[in-house]
Amino acid sequence: MALKQLSDPLIDKNPVAVHILGICSALAVTTSMSTALTMSVALTVVVTLAAGIISAIRVHIPNQIRIILQLTIIATLVIVADQLLQAFAFGMSQRLTVFVSLIATNCIVLGRTEAYAMHNPPVPAMLDAMGNGLGYSLVLMVVAAIRELFGAGTLFGFQVLATQAEGGWFVPLRLMLLAPSAFIILGLLIWALRAWRPWLAEAREFALREAKPEARP
Amino acid sequence: MMDLFQRSIFEENLALSFFLGMCTFLAVSRQVKTAVGVGISLIVVQGISVPMNHLLYAYVLGPGALAWAGLGDVDLNFLRLITFLGIVAALVQVLEMVLERYAPALHAAMGIYLPLLAINCAIIGGSLFMVERDYDLAQSAVYGLGTGIGWALAITAFAAIRERLRYADMPRGLEGLGAAFIVAGIMSMGFSAFAGVSLP
Repeated sequence: MALKQLSDPLIDKNPVAVHILGICSALAVTTSMSTALTMSVALTVVVTLAAGIISAIRVHIPNQIRIILQLTIIATLVIVADQLLQAFAFGMSQRLTVFVSLIATNCIVLGRTEAYAMHNPPVPAMLDAMGNGLGYSLVLMVVAAIRELFGAGTLFGFQVLATQAEGGWFVPLRLMLLAPSAFIILGLLIWALRAWRPWLAEAREFALREAKPEARP
Repeated sequence: MMDLFQRSIFEENLALSFFLGMCTFLAVSRQVKTAVGVGISLIVVQGISVPMNHLLYAYVLGPGALAWAGLGDVDLNFLRLITFLGIVAALVQVLEMVLERYAPALHAAMGIYLPLLAINCAIIGGSLFMVERDYDLAQSAVYGLGTGIGWALAITAFAAIRERLRYADMPRGLEGLGAAFIVAGIMSMGFSAFAGVSLP
């Protein structure tokens, strides 16, 4: 039971690839694996703690002001994460620019607290939130690995494919490091996921009809 | 100034090169009509919130900003994010009430999209970029307006393409969002080509 809450959001209920939440940062920080990893850890920690705190005080939250209360708690945690990064990993925080702050407006966090933590006790809420954080991380790491490997020939900054500039054979695809490739890779990833799990495909908004041959006079 | 305006619409388009406001961008781009509605709402909110947040940052939050009150060594920079969130949420609420009272037709057209924008990362992101790049008041007004127009332009064009794409014959798994992402990628390539354009 508890394991299911943790494992479901990895593939079948993946927040990024299935529910299409939290796309902004998923696309923006995936130019290299180290930025993607930092962002994933920050988001997972923030969403887990936020779900825990909100779930613990859920019976005391008046219904009318729940969104603003949740936002305040989330924003506080995000500020702490941002300040910690600035204090202990300043270079990384410079590379992530505004995207750590934007965890506060990430739909995954507000989505989990609003949809799950408000109605469930702290332990399952935290497990669920952590599962979603890990699902987000999984997509980020896959996209970042593709982009970094083909864009620069490195993984986590280590040379994997010998680039031509250093006497090797590999010509880096600079496009991989630009914005368009992030969209296209994520689109292809969604296609792959839906080919593997066909029931995740969207319902059609229209019905297909067999074309009847016209009766000839 | 003209250059900043042009750059914030095309080259540094918030949606297509900084990936901001993506959730809304994908969710309400099924029809051109709704896309236009949400685009106009975003222009209005962005055009007001960025200069407003600039004033707040310059006179209350920034390092040494409280010098006018005799508190020169107070730095409230860490409260930036939470204040911006509060300002945007309040602005959206006030705007909705004002519109409902004085322009019911406009409210009917864009009222339902306004609450959506309260936690849209394009808006918060615009304000944060404004702080990071040290824009002055006039620049931040231009930047707010420009990024708003850029985002609205992107979502309208994107919705128009998606409307056409709905009946296209493609693999089952690619239908809907998969194709939407790839279209966004191609549009993003197109917008990055504007980088070569420079106005005098």
